Amino acid sequence: MAEAGEVAELDTTSLSSLTAGNVAATGAISQLLSEKEFGSQFHEGERAHVHITLIAKAILLVLFDERSSLGLVRLRVRKAAEEMNRQFEAMSNRKKEDRGPSVLDDISDSDIDNLFND
Amino acid sequence: MSFINYSSREINCKLVYYGPGLGGKTTNLQYIYQKTNPDAKGKMISLATETERTLFFDFLPLSLGEIRGFKTRFHLYTVPGQVFYDASRKLILKGVDGVVFVADSQIERMEANIEALENLRINLQEQGYSLEKLPYVIQYNKRDLPNAAPLEELRELLNPTNVPEFEAAAVSGQGVFDTLKAVAKSVLTELKRGG
Repeated sequence: MAEAGEVAELDTTSLSSLTAGNVAATGAISQLLSEKEFGSQFHEGERAHVHITLIAKAILLVLFDERSSLGLVRLRVRKAAEEMNRQFEAMSNRKKEDRGPSVLDDISDSDIDNLFND
Repeated sequence: MSFINYSSREINCKLVYYGPGLGGKTTNLQYIYQKTNPDAKGKMISLATETERTLFFDFLPLSLGEIRGFKTRFHLYTVPGQVFYDASRKLILKGVDGVVFVADSQIERMEANIEALENLRINLQEQGYSLEKLPYVIQYNKRDLPNAAPLEELRELLNPTNVPEFEAAAVSGQGVFDTLKAVAKSVLTELKRGG
């Protein structure tokens, strides 16, 4: 999960979980209607608005208010999506061994047991 | 699907509480939420109807502590137990790392238990999982009720493969953390084995 902007006051974990649930439900609706997917969603509030887009396997959630507009957000999301797609592709091409040894290799059974000693 | 974030040094895992309607899945999460240190938990989200029946899911993010400098975070979800919410249950199982089956011990709910367990098996299979390979524990809830079926009977019907099982009364908290610890430990052990 990555975040940017004025997020200090936001519960981004809850927001992410609910957005993922929303996207999953919308995906299931699209299947029922024999649509490939609904690539984006827009929720309009009185002050805050939400724009949700699927980019590769990720979800981009944009929150905005009256200082911006849906048209502008759509335009910028489209541009950002191109760059993000490039980054995701580069990430998936990166070989596993480049990341070094997995942390999981070092975890012992007693490490796991210690988590539960309270 | 577990997710290891090397930059923020976090291991994230998804646990799903599954079982028949009114069996106590949400009550398990509520008890965990009440009894957990505020800095170890996030907000508990419940998407429920006006009559407190789960409509989509409950969600509770929980931090268990650190392993080798990595924070371990578990995302606990419940599914809606009512039969007609099957499409929602399938969605919530996506990317699951461990399952708790919360059975209702009451004799009259035995058929609902069997049906829910079969439903879990089918929904997992549809997504390429198998209950036999997934970290999985059973909780026999509502042991405090006078009409609870004998443990032997529940075992025979619901736990033929002898997975870890726990007696519980989620309302008072009995067995709730034992169940959570067992499934969390099993997920981490599996992660280590597979990773």
